[in-house]
Amino acid sequence: MAGFRATSDGVTARFAKPEAVIIRDLVGQVVELVAADMPPPASDDLAALVGLTEDPGLADDAGLPEDPVLARLLPDGYRDDPDAAHEFRRFTESGLRSAKVESARTLLDTLPAGGGKVRLSSDQAEAWLRSLNDVRLALGVRLGVTDDYDGLGEDVQADDPRYAYIQVYQWLAYIQESLVAALS
Amino acid sequence: MPVSVAPVEVSRPETDQRAELDQPWLTIVWNDPVNLMDYVTYVFQRVFGYSKAKAEKLMLDVHHKGRAVVAAGAREAMERNAETLHGYGLWATVSHDA
Repeated sequence: MAGFRATSDGVTARFAKPEAVIIRDLVGQVVELVAADMPPPASDDLAALVGLTEDPGLADDAGLPEDPVLARLLPDGYRDDPDAAHEFRRFTESGLRSAKVESARTLLDTLPAGGGKVRLSSDQAEAWLRSLNDVRLALGVRLGVTDDYDGLGEDVQADDPRYAYIQVYQWLAYIQESLVAALS
Repeated sequence: MPVSVAPVEVSRPETDQRAELDQPWLTIVWNDPVNLMDYVTYVFQRVFGYSKAKAEKLMLDVHHKGRAVVAAGAREAMERNAETLHGYGLWATVSHDA
């Protein structure tokens, strides 16, 4: 895996099979988390189109998710105003969940399970960026990353269960950075 | 298309909402330990059309000061910004410029 590079019509990278397996597994886990309890699509398509529907599946008391990973992926839109945060969530959360699932699906559709060459249009590359970032956010929360990540894992030994995930977390950062660079 | 961050110039109707419009709403991005610096810069360029220099400065403000105002204007527009930034995994909130 040498990272992404720009081509004349998009970006490209090559993934070995184990690399593809790891990425697909982690992306799939994020999808499961984000898609759980997802409300059904709004029945009024026109209202949904112009952004007027409330999320029918969100309870009136819907707040910041209890799961810290979900709370990070679906954050509050207001910091010191619970009522406004609640309203914001009612109107945006289901769309945000759908968008994250959609990005993940694009990644899964374009990364062969057996590895190999990946060619992405700029739209597909955007979806990869968002999806890889969601995976890193999820891993970051689970690993308890609290400060900027330089030095992360320095005190974690190879027999620590977190060790492999820290390697993956940093490897995903490398992939994501190469993708940003290829798109810039 | 490069756009100025703040204050945003908006043509304002002379109404009794003038006072509220004079104190715009803000989109704020908060520092977090996971998002990569290059990625945050990229997102600011992509979402707001800012130049690379401006996007980098805002990213560094977020990184060093813990937060940065990335846009100012009408409440609905700031909420759309926050929603878009959440789509990219950035930690964004809306607040009133008090």
